[in-house]
Amino acid sequence: MSLTLLYVQTLNGLQLGVLLFLIAAGLTLVFGVMDFINLAHGVQYMIGAYLAAMFTAMTGNFFLGLALALPSALLFGLALEFLVFRHLYDRDHLDQVLATFGIILTLNQAVKVIWGAAPLSVPIPDAFSGSIVLMPGLLYPVWRLVIIGSGLAIAVLLGILVSKTRIGMLVRAGATNANMVSALGVDIGKLFMIVFGFGAMLAGFAGAMVAPILSVEPGMGDNLLILTFVVIVIGGIGSVRGAFIAAVMVGLVDTLGRSFGPTLLRAIMDPAAASQTGRALAPMLTYILMAAVLFFRPAGLFPAKK
Amino acid sequence: MISKAKTLLPLLALTLLSGTAFGQEKLKVGVMVTLSGPSAVLGQQARDGFNLAVKQLGGKLGGVETEVVVVDDELKPDVAVGKVKGLLERDGVQFVVGPIFSNVLQAIHKPVTDSNAFLISPNAGTSNFAGAQCHPNFYVTSYQNDQVHEVLGKYAQDKGFKKLFLMAPNYQAGKDSLAGVKRHFKGEVASEVYTPLGQLDFSAELAQIAAAKPDAVFAFMPGGMGVNLVRQYRQAGLASIPFLSAFTVDESTLPAQKEAAVGFFGGANWAPDMKNPQNEAFVKAYEAAYNSVPGTYAMQAYDAALLIDSAVKSAGGKVSDRNAVRAGLKKGDIKSLRGNFKMGLNGYPIQDFYLVQVVARPDGKFATSLRDKIFDNYVDVYAKDCKPAN
Repeated sequence: MSLTLLYVQTLNGLQLGVLLFLIAAGLTLVFGVMDFINLAHGVQYMIGAYLAAMFTAMTGNFFLGLALALPSALLFGLALEFLVFRHLYDRDHLDQVLATFGIILTLNQAVKVIWGAAPLSVPIPDAFSGSIVLMPGLLYPVWRLVIIGSGLAIAVLLGILVSKTRIGMLVRAGATNANMVSALGVDIGKLFMIVFGFGAMLAGFAGAMVAPILSVEPGMGDNLLILTFVVIVIGGIGSVRGAFIAAVMVGLVDTLGRSFGPTLLRAIMDPAAASQTGRALAPMLTYILMAAVLFFRPAGLFPAKK
Repeated sequence: MISKAKTLLPLLALTLLSGTAFGQEKLKVGVMVTLSGPSAVLGQQARDGFNLAVKQLGGKLGGVETEVVVVDDELKPDVAVGKVKGLLERDGVQFVVGPIFSNVLQAIHKPVTDSNAFLISPNAGTSNFAGAQCHPNFYVTSYQNDQVHEVLGKYAQDKGFKKLFLMAPNYQAGKDSLAGVKRHFKGEVASEVYTPLGQLDFSAELAQIAAAKPDAVFAFMPGGMGVNLVRQYRQAGLASIPFLSAFTVDESTLPAQKEAAVGFFGGANWAPDMKNPQNEAFVKAYEAAYNSVPGTYAMQAYDAALLIDSAVKSAGGKVSDRNAVRAGLKKGDIKSLRGNFKMGLNGYPIQDFYLVQVVARPDGKFATSLRDKIFDNYVDVYAKDCKPAN
């Protein structure tokens, strides 16, 4: 019984990890390649969810909606890059933080003006709306498995893209030394734009995929953004592989810590104190993990070689 | 220059105040609710409910021409204090109606009750102001916060549930909520789970529920958290376990929860299908004007307008006669949308509480519907600590 619960929670942790990875992949590249702190990355996740909700409602089909939402999220990311971010690459980090924070506020308010303050919902596509029994009394929605599967597939594709293709090579080179890449005749501005647009699309994809299980609402990306920063710091800034491993680690630690922490503590202290401590400790676990990783590897698990 | 401005300001305020006092033909009400952020929909309901009442009364409360100033507290206590001072000093309002959230109430209570205005809360009703810190300038048209949670605890106890699984966000209101449930529920608590405030994915908690196999689940998950929990609860196939909740399935979240919430239980002092003529007219007018189903937030703000109306009327339209207005507020002589309504000595209502259940209406919308009456003329447990000053 307890073992099945462990399996189910591991699956839950994996799903959170995959989601974090989809958002973190873009963020770590933008941060690593362009040395640009983009707090507004969580907003792109929210935009993806809203676009998916809107197009799904229009077309009546989630996959058509997704097919329309992805290029829209890409275009939106490119537009933001062109209008705002491009002008901030040479400024210091504080300016970037201020400007991108302003974008969070503006866009959170804008989605409310356009779609209203009440949360929206997206139905699970019919083909995947079923559930399978993973443990007695608990059905596991097939859609969550779809999220895990598609996230893992994207991780593999992204890994191949970054390590085996020419554009991936340029991205890696850019993460190591952008000036040198530029001096060798590569249009670094264009490279930045591609990386940025792609990152925005991945975050948008994550938002669209969770729309059927989470409510779509203003500010939905803000909480996730903090965890995403934890992920890229643990993984090593600029490393897609690091982001993947760190995302799965954070997802598992967070989920398993929340559900089994109090139970484990009960073995060493009395129940009331255990539930009190477990409650306080659970939200801290990911940050303790980050502190521990940074203690042993100050640049993260897989830092880009400088 | 600065010192001159300092002496001028109170003078200016004085002239403004006396202006209204002599004229007596103008009543100013400041409505302070949350209109931005994820919880904005609650504030919108309260604002719309209040405005609807003023409109139906011909733009007059107590027969006095009324101007309503709406401000957004942004769900930030510090912002709220600044803005409420603006309402009191710049706009010279005689009533402040608000807020939605208890933490904002804690911040604006003193500035308003210390001033020349009355504070009417259409939603937040904290324990401290119901008990030892009750104040003659503060009135509530909703409930004492604990009471809604107590409804579900009492229901679980009466229904004979043996084992209850409790869930709430990890902050003060969450702890108060579970304490309220346990005040009446004497059976076994399978587990008390506190989740981080703002958590949106409950897969880990749902697996724990499935493992614990409780007779019923109680959840306090307001706003977007509730939308997610309810949909995921249904998706996880747990709907055969009764779902009891407070502030988790109501008219503000149902448009997003839809079918997923049908059959789930909540506790309330009212539901849109309550049978009395004034309520039927209200629900019809609200739906026509705002194209959404009113929740308790709208109903309580509507009643707040009725309360001001009755108090000003009983003072003969003399808004400046504060003692007469206060006497009217204390009487609470209104035809409330919830039917049975009396104002308690501590300024909190004495009313009935019901178990409500989510239903799909024939027009495709979703609403809560009255089921059992759980408490009659229920006085909150803190009222006995209130020693009214006058």
